[in-house]
Amino acid sequence: MAAITLKNIVKKYGDGFPAVNDVSIDIADGEFVILVGPSGCGKSTILRMIVGLEDITSGELMIGGQRANDKAPRDRNLAMVFQNYALYPHLTVFENIAFPLRLAKGKHQEEDVQRLVTEAAAMLELTDHLQRKPANLSGGQRQRVAMGRAIVRQADAFLFDEPLSNLDAKLRGQMRSEISQMQRRLATTSVYVTHDQTEAMTLGDRVAVLKKGELQQIASPRELYEQPVNLFVAGFIGSPSMNFLPASLEGNILSTAIGDIEISPEKADKARDRPVILVGVRPEFFEDASLVEEHKLHHGSTFTAELTHTEWLGNEQYGYINFDPAPEVREMLNSLARDMDADELRPQVVVTLDAASKIRGGRPAELWLDTRRLHLFDPKTGENLTLDAEEGARLTAEANAERAEEIESARQVAAG
Amino acid sequence: MSTSIKASKGTPATRSQRRRPHLSDRAKSERRLGWYLAGPAFIVMLAVTLYPILQAFWDSLFSLRLTAPDDKAFIWFANYVTVLSDPVWWRDLGVTVIITIVTVVIELILGFALALVMDKAIKSLRGLLRTAILVPYGIITVVSAYAWFYAFDINSGYVNHWFSWIPGINPDLNWFAEFWPSLFVIMASEIWKTTPFISLLLLAGLAQVPGELTEAAQVDGATWWERFRKVIVPNMKAAIMVAVLFRTLDAFRIFDNVFIMTNGAHGTEVLSLLAYRTSISRLEIGLGSAISVLLFVCVLIICFVAIKLFKVDLAGTQGGKS
Amino acid sequence: MTSGKQKIIWSGIAVLVLIYALFPVASILSTSFKAPSDLTSGKFLPSSGASTLENYQQILVGDAQGLFLSALRNSIGIALIATVIAVVLATLCAYAIARLDFPGKKIVLTTALAVSIFPVISIVTPLFNLWRNIGLYDTWLGLIIPYLSLTLPISIWTLAAFFRQIPWELEQAAQVDGATTWQAFRKAIVPLAAPGVFTTAIIAFFIAWNDFVYGISLTSTESARTVPAALAFFTGASQFEAPTGAISAAAIIVTIPVVLLVLLFQRQIVSGLTQGAVKG
Repeated sequence: MAAITLKNIVKKYGDGFPAVNDVSIDIADGEFVILVGPSGCGKSTILRMIVGLEDITSGELMIGGQRANDKAPRDRNLAMVFQNYALYPHLTVFENIAFPLRLAKGKHQEEDVQRLVTEAAAMLELTDHLQRKPANLSGGQRQRVAMGRAIVRQADAFLFDEPLSNLDAKLRGQMRSEISQMQRRLATTSVYVTHDQTEAMTLGDRVAVLKKGELQQIASPRELYEQPVNLFVAGFIGSPSMNFLPASLEGNILSTAIGDIEISPEKADKARDRPVILVGVRPEFFEDASLVEEHKLHHGSTFTAELTHTEWLGNEQYGYINFDPAPEVREMLNSLARDMDADELRPQVVVTLDAASKIRGGRPAELWLDTRRLHLFDPKTGENLTLDAEEGARLTAEANAERAEEIESARQVAAG
Repeated sequence: MSTSIKASKGTPATRSQRRRPHLSDRAKSERRLGWYLAGPAFIVMLAVTLYPILQAFWDSLFSLRLTAPDDKAFIWFANYVTVLSDPVWWRDLGVTVIITIVTVVIELILGFALALVMDKAIKSLRGLLRTAILVPYGIITVVSAYAWFYAFDINSGYVNHWFSWIPGINPDLNWFAEFWPSLFVIMASEIWKTTPFISLLLLAGLAQVPGELTEAAQVDGATWWERFRKVIVPNMKAAIMVAVLFRTLDAFRIFDNVFIMTNGAHGTEVLSLLAYRTSISRLEIGLGSAISVLLFVCVLIICFVAIKLFKVDLAGTQGGKS
Repeated sequence: MTSGKQKIIWSGIAVLVLIYALFPVASILSTSFKAPSDLTSGKFLPSSGASTLENYQQILVGDAQGLFLSALRNSIGIALIATVIAVVLATLCAYAIARLDFPGKKIVLTTALAVSIFPVISIVTPLFNLWRNIGLYDTWLGLIIPYLSLTLPISIWTLAAFFRQIPWELEQAAQVDGATTWQAFRKAIVPLAAPGVFTTAIIAFFIAWNDFVYGISLTSTESARTVPAALAFFTGASQFEAPTGAISAAAIIVTIPVVLLVLLFQRQIVSGLTQGAVKG
């Protein structure tokens, strides 16, 4: 077990372009950190620098308190699960898992190897497949063999490079929870790279969001979701994504393309003196006004809008409102979309409604919006004007406490 | 393996980001190692081809006969004039071209048939069929030439007896006494020996045609022949072109069969044989070198025509990922 | 899918292909068992009771023994050495092409392509002259060197194609698993690369084994003459007797290794030939 510290890490390739720029992350012992971002954001490069497959241009990498910049991969005692699993096709499952043990010559007796591999195989339900070759395994089984090879090492940390991206959706969900449980049980420091924000939110103790080689925010999933530092993080985290509405502020009234919204004076004060601001509203901040309980109504603002259509999903339904933004706003939305790897952001607002709502497309409808939770962004810098750092820190501290508790109870189970 | 190797394996994404100008030490050492490893093979290839052809060009400018080495004289391009004004050169060129065209066309058709058979064959037969057609591929050309020669030979053959029911064939027919019958047997043996190679290339091409395409065509109502002509062939055009070009260049160099069966008698001499006889048998190094150079020029022309006119992308289909 | 009717059709096709592929071999095999008096029978098979091992005796222990066995020795030795050299050089070269980033990669591949389409006979004339001057004429080395022009280019192409398919990230995985650079190469990469190298060696051997032009042009005596060349200069037991039987027997003997390799490594040879040529 070891803590991993990245201090001002920079990676430049031959042309001088920084693929990773001044990234600093402290990963505590036993913590599960996710690196997430659109393709080309440098997340895999960071992982490969930690494990030693890429050189670090500048900055300092500490593993377990020791500087590791110049150590060979084999001397770092880390285990890595590759995207394509990197199983040795000429070796059986048993020998694949035993591979790292056999390399550490003299360290392990044959009985030890047998025992460790069998244990790992039992944990991963591979016992019946130990004598097969990787080519004869299903995707999920291969994935488990790759994890087995990592577990058996008793490495200081696990590194995962998009390990689930080659699996189909159902298997991905299953493997996700297996990885999560395994990590909790072993309490091994883990760094996990993904572009899938569901994986990021469900697996990570903390999630680091990267864009073009730069760290945007690192925080617990809840903090990211509720207190994003900027437009990019706000738009990248959450599905369906946060809606961004251009608005102008007069007094405490935001006038937007879908209607006027009244906000609290404290929020309004933070955003004054800007001709245009972007209002960030998550779909679930909306509700069918007729279904909102009386005592909640005053927390929000009610307005009338026409939905183009609705989609009923059983537990909830989505409604869509189109709006026509000014050209410069449209340009801004498009550049935001490019940053997030999407084709275009349609000038459309997605609202989540209760499954019982009778609102349908094509008719004006009364909608309620919870104005306490919305955020206001500076359209030029993308900065979140209404960020509540204290609240964010509280959410992350809460998450940390929960994790410590979970690990403690896992250790007790293991000990008892 | 030095440690510098391990540096090179970025993911494709990270690799493509690395561009020319500022080379890190690692990139430099990678370049150096690349040439250390590839250099010997490269030099050997140049030494065994580039040097001889330059030497041949130099020799072709001399009047040089090994039977009288002291009469060596520099005569500019007189040897080329001699060769090109000799009807024998043009006759041999004609024979070579006939053989090339006929064999390549028949091989393409036959090779396609074999490729389709191997592609569609039920699993249990595939191995057997492939093994069988590898026999002609692997067999020595000279051995194949003898096999065909003895089968048709008037003394030791049985073909005349077997096919005596065909008008014009009778036990007294001497296949190797006339131009066309000799050429027929020569081409037959050439076709037999080299069709497997072309069919394997085509088989690989067939495997690259996505199955969905033919299925879609089937749903759209295309017959088998239409599917073949309008979907399969256009989609494996690159493989066909490469196969044809390779075989054309190979057929143009034909030598072994002709040497064994007729040794050029009855007008069946081909260009390679002409070059061999001039330099090795008659020891006319100057003239022979001129023929060698001309033969090389012919090959270049074929390549040029293929690449410019038919847009055969050799490097693309062959080493696309480099 | 395989109904009875289809099975019959496929059996028919298979028989046709087998006849196509094997008939000339069967033909010369049959000739090799014919006694001199039986040669002109006009029949495919030796006359009943007249099949004989005489021809094999002649080339293995009889009059033609010196001629044939020395040629066989030359063929095997020269083809094997030319194969080994070509495969070693090509392995290094293909590794560099598949793995390393260096300028000139394309030049190496294009050169290999150009060399492989070079007309052999164009190289023979200058070599003939040069070898006579520097004493390589009629020696093993004098054939091994030009054989490299045949075996090296195809080896480079085939191996480069094989090496490109190796999942090189296994080498990194092994390093993360605690292997040294050398261990990673030996334990993760060599087992994957070996089949490709072996297949390439078979193909290169076939090509060297098949050569005729160099064999007849650059040798003159038993000291380096290879089997294909020796066959062309075979003479009968007496001046008036055609050496048909002896040549057939010799032809069968040199075909045996080919057939054995094909039988044992059909799959590898096919993948080697098609990968090198089409996919890359």
